[in-house]
Amino acid sequence: MNLTEKILARASGKEKVTPREIVEAKVDVVMVNDLTGPLAVEAFRKIGVPHVWDSRRIVIVLDHLAPASSEKAAELHKIMRKFAEEQKIENLYDVGEGVCHQVMVEKGYVAPGKLIVGADSHTCMYGALGAFATGIGSTEAAAVFATGSIWLKVPEAIKISVEGSFKKFVTPKDLILFIIGKMGADGAIYKSIEFYGSTIHSMSADGRMTLCNMVVEMGAKNGIIEPDEITLKYLNLNLKQAEFFKSDENASYEKIVEVDASGMEPQVSCPHSVDNVKNVREVAGVEVDQAFIGSCTNGRIEDLRLAAQILKNQKVKEGTRLLVIPASREVYLQALREGLLETFIKAGAVVCNPTCGPCLGGHLGILAPNEVCISTSNRNFIGRMGSTKAYVYLASPATVAASAVKGKITDPRELEAE
Amino acid sequence: MIVSGKAVKFGNNVDTDVILPAKYMTFIDPNELARHAMEGLDPNFTAKAKSGVILVAGKNFGCGSSREQAPLALKYAGVKCVIAESFARIFYRNAINIGLPAVECAGVSSKIEDGDELTVDLEKGIVKNQSKNMALHAAELPPFILEILLNGGLIENLRRRIEKK
Repeated sequence: MNLTEKILARASGKEKVTPREIVEAKVDVVMVNDLTGPLAVEAFRKIGVPHVWDSRRIVIVLDHLAPASSEKAAELHKIMRKFAEEQKIENLYDVGEGVCHQVMVEKGYVAPGKLIVGADSHTCMYGALGAFATGIGSTEAAAVFATGSIWLKVPEAIKISVEGSFKKFVTPKDLILFIIGKMGADGAIYKSIEFYGSTIHSMSADGRMTLCNMVVEMGAKNGIIEPDEITLKYLNLNLKQAEFFKSDENASYEKIVEVDASGMEPQVSCPHSVDNVKNVREVAGVEVDQAFIGSCTNGRIEDLRLAAQILKNQKVKEGTRLLVIPASREVYLQALREGLLETFIKAGAVVCNPTCGPCLGGHLGILAPNEVCISTSNRNFIGRMGSTKAYVYLASPATVAASAVKGKITDPRELEAE
Repeated sequence: MIVSGKAVKFGNNVDTDVILPAKYMTFIDPNELARHAMEGLDPNFTAKAKSGVILVAGKNFGCGSSREQAPLALKYAGVKCVIAESFARIFYRNAINIGLPAVECAGVSSKIEDGDELTVDLEKGIVKNQSKNMALHAAELPPFILEILLNGGLIENLRRRIEKK
């Protein structure tokens, strides 16, 4: 069995599972946020059970419209606080704690071997730390609140093996964009993606999260990386504490994709589809109205360090707006301690509180018709960040920072060469 | 379980941001959501769907966000069933869970035209195109998914199961 199959077998109490088999799995943790939670609460009330199955295994994060962007958003927050109080759910992370996925990782809900479901599509990020994690909807989350279990089809797996070292200013974001461009937006529908290779195992936990976060953009059910020393160190775990599954030598994969990271250039995903990926230099020069650094994909400390390295002693081009939004309170504080926030503010950026913010066009930096945004987030669909007539490009924190300085899409290596 | 209606067609990779933009996600009433269904792709969609239609699409329908508000908006706008070459998995589960039949059927995007009269037999997995007098074989739904649909969704299904116990 491969890594995903082993976790699904463990969670469903089976010796062995095979692809396409449907299993009833026990859930270790379920997460909902302020936009998916209220529907889950409503559905839960209709089931007719008075209490949730285990209040310690339910996590609520108010992050998408935080602080409340409207009276309606405030009502959603209130519904979630009331539900948490009623059901004695202590794990409610209120406005300001951060984006749900980053909070889940930082607060210790994610560990190797766990089965986690979340009512947010980027839940697949936790595979970076060796967990099986996948996105579900609100009604399904309500059913998990009531029963603690979920039916899952064992996915067929694709192994993506990555070798070689990145060139300067090429990052895990460029790698995942490159892979999505190659596989297509539906290239991994229903599948599990296991990342392997020297590039992956020399990558930091932050980078691995960026990678696994975006597997859903090619339709994958989950992305996963075999836990190693880096995983354990990041989680402050020792070998005994972690359920340390590894794929068997003879584990089966539907296909194996090999990627050479050493020749890769900075990548950009162009409007209006995540798989419309090009080298940054191919679209260099496109003028940008807004640049956004943040989100569950690229709002971690390493991302902010990289952006600050480029923005140090630079100014955001007049006519371009730069928004920087740390993914969590912890990241925010760390960036403050390291002086990164000062660098951003001096460069002319607007620094906002931890939230999903403009990534989903919720609030803080919504785009007008015909505006162009370059963003470190994960989706560039029509209307995603505001107007249906706006254009969104996705890239790494380095490329976004360099583009903010020049006011047009810029390969970060070009800026450095000047 | 048999559903019928006129086909309303869309292409590949229709994402949940166009099915129901995030700015409407603060609405809880599904009828309010329905007013904005597919707004990003077809501003006249709700008028078309009112009479009860079958949405036909290409590959990867419902990709992107996990928002259940997307299938809810379609259902309350008048969509009786979604037939696609393939679905994004979260959308598929969400649709079934709220009692909106989602059927995978190879060849739908080339063999069905906008406005064709369709009848879908969910148990048998057959999509009949009455306007063209032809039938397509869809992927059969597993019995437990059919049970969820027959009961009107996951919650009602679960409620009945718990009551039986």
